[in-house]
Amino acid sequence: MSRDSSGSGASAGTSSTPAGGRVRTADPVVRVRGLTKRYADRNAVDGIDFDIERGETFALLGPNGAGKSTTIEILEGYRRRTGGEVSVLGVDPSRGRLDWRARLGIVLQSSGEPATGTVRQELRHRASFYPNPRDVDQTIAAVGLDDKADARVGRLSGGQQRRLDVALGVIGRPELLFLDEPTTGFDPEARRQFWQLIRELSAEGTSILLTTHYLDEAAQLASRAGVIAGGRMRALGPLDELGGAAARVPIVRWRDAAGALHEQRTERPAGLVAHLQSELARDAAAGSSAGAATELEPRGLEVVRPSLEDIYLQLIAEVEREDAAVASADTPSTSPDTTKPGTTKPEEVRA
Amino acid sequence: MSAATTTENRAPRIPNHPDSPGASGRPGALDRSPARTLRLGLERARYEIAAYFRRRDALVFTFLFPIVMMSIFSAAFANLSFGPAGSEMNVARYYLPAMLAAGILLSGVQNLGVDIAGERGDGTLKRLAGTPLPVASYFIGKLGQALVTATAQAALLILVARVVFGVALPTEPQRWLTFAWVFLLGVLTSAVLGIAISRLPRSGRSATAVIVPVTIVLQFISGVYLQFSQLPEWLQNTASVFPLKWLAQGMRSVFLPDSFKSLEQASSWQLPEVAIVCGVWLVAGLVLCRLTFRWIREDG
Repeated sequence: MSRDSSGSGASAGTSSTPAGGRVRTADPVVRVRGLTKRYADRNAVDGIDFDIERGETFALLGPNGAGKSTTIEILEGYRRRTGGEVSVLGVDPSRGRLDWRARLGIVLQSSGEPATGTVRQELRHRASFYPNPRDVDQTIAAVGLDDKADARVGRLSGGQQRRLDVALGVIGRPELLFLDEPTTGFDPEARRQFWQLIRELSAEGTSILLTTHYLDEAAQLASRAGVIAGGRMRALGPLDELGGAAARVPIVRWRDAAGALHEQRTERPAGLVAHLQSELARDAAAGSSAGAATELEPRGLEVVRPSLEDIYLQLIAEVEREDAAVASADTPSTSPDTTKPGTTKPEEVRA
Repeated sequence: MSAATTTENRAPRIPNHPDSPGASGRPGALDRSPARTLRLGLERARYEIAAYFRRRDALVFTFLFPIVMMSIFSAAFANLSFGPAGSEMNVARYYLPAMLAAGILLSGVQNLGVDIAGERGDGTLKRLAGTPLPVASYFIGKLGQALVTATAQAALLILVARVVFGVALPTEPQRWLTFAWVFLLGVLTSAVLGIAISRLPRSGRSATAVIVPVTIVLQFISGVYLQFSQLPEWLQNTASVFPLKWLAQGMRSVFLPDSFKSLEQASSWQLPEVAIVCGVWLVAGLVLCRLTFRWIREDG
């Protein structure tokens, strides 16, 4: 299994780390092989594999109910797995003890009931659990809560509480930080500030596992991502390669003289546009459609490179179609379709 | 082969940042000694006590409740006197030991039971489970909270009884010694049972509905509100299984004259039995906590 796109992935990942790091061949901070979690009637997680390298920010993407939360909770030690191998910081999470927990930072999906104390009191208390905590006031400043340091947690806004969650998550200087949908409900400015905070943590060398519904957030923060749907890893790799090269082929759209919309995927969009222009010139010479031809400008011309979101949605749609097909087929095909991106095996995704 | 090739081909990501506890030379290996557990337990107790007094609902329904009840009884039964012929006393003096016992039950079973079930429901325990906080430290924090709040409550109750209702307090050191051990044993037992009973409610929302009726019924059958001597014998025997009856009896032995012994079921204060029954419940509660306490509800 050559699942990961290691060669080119490195350059994408180093963007957020200061230059000059020395070569290390450390084990990955997270190693997952064949992870399954079975509930009474279904497999919530059905054999997924991935690694997170030390210092990397890795995004786990996927629709609700796809197995993301189950996976992250198994890694955090909250849930027991049914099968497969999991190693987090070199430890099996189901046997993780307090010294292991001291090396993790966990920011759960919801803020929960606000604590009764002030921001500073809550952080100082949490810091006392850890052998080598960060400075409380510096951490408050880092999450931008300076002017709220002595405010009761219950009086903070949702976004401010979320920053406190992150502050609580990092106060123990974790080697690995779990961020489960950290910016849900943020306004755009708060989200940008939050991203800056996460980049700073990453620059300090913290490994981060991020789940999010926002593709732009994943693109901003993560070097690599995995897409989970239906309990399986559907795509895995650097964000700018996710979904494979085929999914990134530009789309040219235009309207012909009759007003009908055309759409064509091509590796050579400029060539296509030139061809369209030459057709217009030919038509003009023939005197058929004078109005449009004078400018030699195809109507409604667009050249679009699919965004990460387009690629992601296409991937998920393919998975859903495929699952529906498998469900309806009497005899499933035995030969895997290796030409189409988004099939069930991650190594096939990258063309 | 994938994992190995991946790692080798990958460029270095992390400069060995001086402040980051990387793989090499992590500055803070976790101390796992009992001293750390105790230190964190005391830090938890400090935190829990502060949180307790910030919660107004806890203050009204648990902390001030016995004082409110004693005031109501004093107003309602102002013209009645209690006790055997020849040594009658006013209602406040008669009810003081019962209210002290009720306070112990509320500070432990009710307060901690509802509190912890709520913490499980709102995710507080899940958050703590993700930190290197030992469970024992968490327990010590809860016990400390129950002990400090129950002590403050008892002191206030005795002060109000003395100053507002003119209740004569015992002067013999022996009686205060009895008070000390009954109180301490009572609070510990009640707190441990509170931690244990917090497993019963299915959600934080239902915690009050599940736990409060238990404590109310116990108070009614254990001689807190009703005179124990006037309950039917089968009810007395039922109540004798539970610790509250014995706590109330122990408190009566402190604050009521010895002539009131005649009203007890055995015509005696039965202090050894008080110690034995509470001790058995304390041990049973500890075992129950050890066996059943979970930070989070287990999944399927």
